[in-house]
Amino acid sequence: MDFGSINPVILIASLMVAAVPIMLAAVGELVVEKSGVLNLGVEGMMVMGAICGFITAVETGSPFLGFLGGAAGGAGLSLVFALLTQVFLANQVATGLALTLFGLGLSALMGQGYNGIKPPLTPDVPFGPLAQIPALGPILFAHDWVVYFSVAVIAVTWWVLKATRLGLIIRAVGESHDAAHALGYKVNRIRLGCITFGGAMAGMGGAYVSLVRVPQWVDGITAGAGWIALAIVVFASWRPWRVLIGAYLFGGITVLQLNLQAAGSAIPVEYLSMSPYLITIIVLVIMSSGKGRAALNAPAVLGQNFHAAR
Amino acid sequence: MFILEKRPTPSRFWLYATPVVAVLLTMIAGGLLFALLGTNPFAVIKTIFWDPIFGEFAFYLRGQLLVKAGPLILIAIGLSLGFRAGIWNIGAEGQYIMGAIVGAGVGLAVYPTESRLIYPVMVIAGALGGWAWAMIPAILKTKFNTNEILVSLMLVYVAQTILAKASTGFLRNPEGAGFPGSRNFSSYKAASNPEFFAGSGLHWGGIAALVAAGLAYVLLQRHIVGFQIKLTGQAPRAAKFHGVSPNRLVMLCMGLSGALAGLAGLFEVTGPAGQISIDFNVGYGFTAIIVAFLGRLNPIGIVLAGFLMALTYVGGEMAATNMGLPAAAIQVFQGMLLFFLLGVDVLTNYRIRLLFRGTR
Amino acid sequence: MLRRTLLTTAALALGVLGAGMAQAQEKLKACFVYVGPIGDGGWTYQHHQGALAVQEKYGDKVEIQWQESVPEGADAERVLTQMALGGCKIIFTTSFGYMDATNAVAAKFPDVKFEHATGFKRDQPNVSTYNARFYEGRAVEGLIAGRMTKSNKIGYIGSFPIPEVVMGINAYYLNAKKVNPNVEVSVVWAFTWFDPAKEADAAKALIDQGVDVIASHTDSTAPLAEAAKTNGAVIGFGQASDMAEYTDGPRVTSIIDNWAPYYVERVGALLDGTYEQKDTWAGIAGGEVLIGDITEKVPAEVKAEAEKMRDDIAAGTFHPFTGPINKQDGSPWLAEGATAPDGDLLGMNFYVEGIKGDIPK
Repeated sequence: MDFGSINPVILIASLMVAAVPIMLAAVGELVVEKSGVLNLGVEGMMVMGAICGFITAVETGSPFLGFLGGAAGGAGLSLVFALLTQVFLANQVATGLALTLFGLGLSALMGQGYNGIKPPLTPDVPFGPLAQIPALGPILFAHDWVVYFSVAVIAVTWWVLKATRLGLIIRAVGESHDAAHALGYKVNRIRLGCITFGGAMAGMGGAYVSLVRVPQWVDGITAGAGWIALAIVVFASWRPWRVLIGAYLFGGITVLQLNLQAAGSAIPVEYLSMSPYLITIIVLVIMSSGKGRAALNAPAVLGQNFHAAR
Repeated sequence: MFILEKRPTPSRFWLYATPVVAVLLTMIAGGLLFALLGTNPFAVIKTIFWDPIFGEFAFYLRGQLLVKAGPLILIAIGLSLGFRAGIWNIGAEGQYIMGAIVGAGVGLAVYPTESRLIYPVMVIAGALGGWAWAMIPAILKTKFNTNEILVSLMLVYVAQTILAKASTGFLRNPEGAGFPGSRNFSSYKAASNPEFFAGSGLHWGGIAALVAAGLAYVLLQRHIVGFQIKLTGQAPRAAKFHGVSPNRLVMLCMGLSGALAGLAGLFEVTGPAGQISIDFNVGYGFTAIIVAFLGRLNPIGIVLAGFLMALTYVGGEMAATNMGLPAAAIQVFQGMLLFFLLGVDVLTNYRIRLLFRGTR
Repeated sequence: MLRRTLLTTAALALGVLGAGMAQAQEKLKACFVYVGPIGDGGWTYQHHQGALAVQEKYGDKVEIQWQESVPEGADAERVLTQMALGGCKIIFTTSFGYMDATNAVAAKFPDVKFEHATGFKRDQPNVSTYNARFYEGRAVEGLIAGRMTKSNKIGYIGSFPIPEVVMGINAYYLNAKKVNPNVEVSVVWAFTWFDPAKEADAAKALIDQGVDVIASHTDSTAPLAEAAKTNGAVIGFGQASDMAEYTDGPRVTSIIDNWAPYYVERVGALLDGTYEQKDTWAGIAGGEVLIGDITEKVPAEVKAEAEKMRDDIAAGTFHPFTGPINKQDGSPWLAEGATAPDGDLLGMNFYVEGIKGDIPK
């Protein structure tokens, strides 16, 4: 393949930024699914986060508060999901899809009057001379704080799930809610916590779209990123670091195909345009057919509701 | 506080009462929303739920309900079979698109031949197109254990790109002065799917939806495959001991749902939509997932859910136009309706018991 | 308190339902069908501004109604029928994809006037079509791009490979090359009208390739926002709406879709009985295409040159496609001094000579 004049350093730096929204949303959803809950409403929570974050940032003038507002917006919507699935035991797949419909509508209503406004800028973290290092500088030391935050969330999630008691409980709940209940854990409360975390992360991811990636508000701004995040969780076979790889890979292919076009590559555009999805499928096939057996890593009671008989 | 107590058998009363309760709750909550937006909530709710069926223009809108509900029901019936067996085809939208492209492609390839055979061949091609697109995740799942949710979802995006290519490239109307979009089937009689009676809204798609619902009902109640599907969903291990091949079931359920989605696409593109264009697909494949669950994965329930969904679309549009409501408000209203329907459903299988301090 | 409001509303509702039918007969109902939400900040937003202008101009004499986010195809046909049944006297359908639906419904309602944007079918006597010569604006952008670029690389973010977009690319390139023979254009196809994140990525990809002037044919301001991150090294243009919020940054001018004059004229004609079927393709001269303020980033002499081009186009003394022009493969298209016939433009599916790459087929 002819990469022509594409500069790999710039490409990597761009894909790191491009991947942030899907990475945050995906790691949130990973925790949700680890606890045995399938929330397909990521897109709805992201777009709610995008508008809540945007409104907060514009009204307070602080992009940092904006991200908190975005997290709150996503978490707020996820509580509706939690109420329906954990208390009223509604079907998770259908509730998640309804959540997306509702979130898209509500965000558009809230956003009336916020079109055509520029939000306050989220600056890069000042690393001083470090940013000047050739190659490493632009890749590692020239981003805003959310880029580093998203990687940190992956690391913390990995550590919590692997090495802490809380992680053990979450996994236990996701593997067998009956056994976890018998051991005295409050299954629904733990799931409520995970769902809220997932909502908050999706909301932050959405806020990153409206505050950094695009900086503006338009209806439906996330344009399907939530679905990609869902796909990445499965792609990552429910392992946090693979979420990072998946998000960077997907972000990378998207950025690369546009770069190839801009560089005048001879590959027909429509094949480039569908390549991120095809490559994701191919990678998934390779991963699940090998020793890893990705599908076997799925939480055993994913998508099933729990009702304590006693 | 209150607790939920599982009923020994689902309550017959609540089975029928929950949808009514949910609709009433939605009217109240939605009414508040519409009042907040400065419109008359009673008029809006009347416009959504009453006018399309009994209002001034019902003669036209009743047919439109069928037009809108048809593809939703057809797709949802197929999906419900897989969902019952724990096979998650989320990519019906892609199968819908591919069915439309393949079926329409066959018809356009023989343009302008007039023959009675053309349309049946197109129907078969449409079903095959959807089936083949669904076979990709099915084969990957059975051969490589790849997750079908992800693959079928990714293939939606691929199908959308192919659709863009079809309407700007290989299926483009050669007499369309370079504009995107295929020939319109309404002016190619042998390949079109018009209403049987003008204004009735009834075309082959509606017939197919009702027939599919009937066949699915029989399949689930009477046929061994229906039994295997239900058993696999409830107790996969028991199903294996019973000699059910999980792989065969995956191929069957994915294939059926893909074929039905493909059919829906073909009927839509040759009928109401009229032509292949960059975005003729309007998300029926995704909405059908909700319809399948609203109908409790039951063929009769799906038919009713399909019509209810259609009612909120058609009535919602009227409310938006006549009352100056933003389309987003209607979306929120639909979301609420779904929430209430899904939430209240708990009463069918559970009893609510108030829990007082000190009791258990 | 809440209950009282509710009760009052209930009383009002009954009153309205009872008596509401009598009035509103006198007003002319003008209706608009939109393909996106009004909050898209671009295409649909501008159409809605036109609708509001109609209301403002005629006040009590008209009533406007609209429907957002109407999918093309079967849904459009239903919405149009509902509007016609509901008493709309003139209906504006504001997307190319409504073409067949518009003509089909028009056949059933001969007394209702239909106005279809950007299409070419007028199968019924009550269907008129209208469009704007956006390529005239692209030519002005091209001139500025050719003058302003330092790297001699200019970029264009396309949505779908349709004549409207290809026309824009050609106009942009030809008029850039006229003032700067070394200029090269890079085209990136986003295959979407609206996906802000992807549009931003597309802009970034162009910037990474050394492009320093970006025009976009998609709907959001994301490409401008991306250009803003380069601290002035890259400039761009507002698309569909003025995008004035970027005037202190990369936006040096803009193409504004201004439908208000046309909508006001057509509804006015219907009011005073002079309405006739027609096909309108107005541009800068008709006020349908506005060139936004050219900012101070553009040197005065370039600004003057751009404004002269704008005025010449308006006066009809300059056509952005004036021969000699060859097609990409070198075959001649327009002879010396000839201007492009409208038919060629509306069906344009080739690049002009000098543009590299292929139009996706």
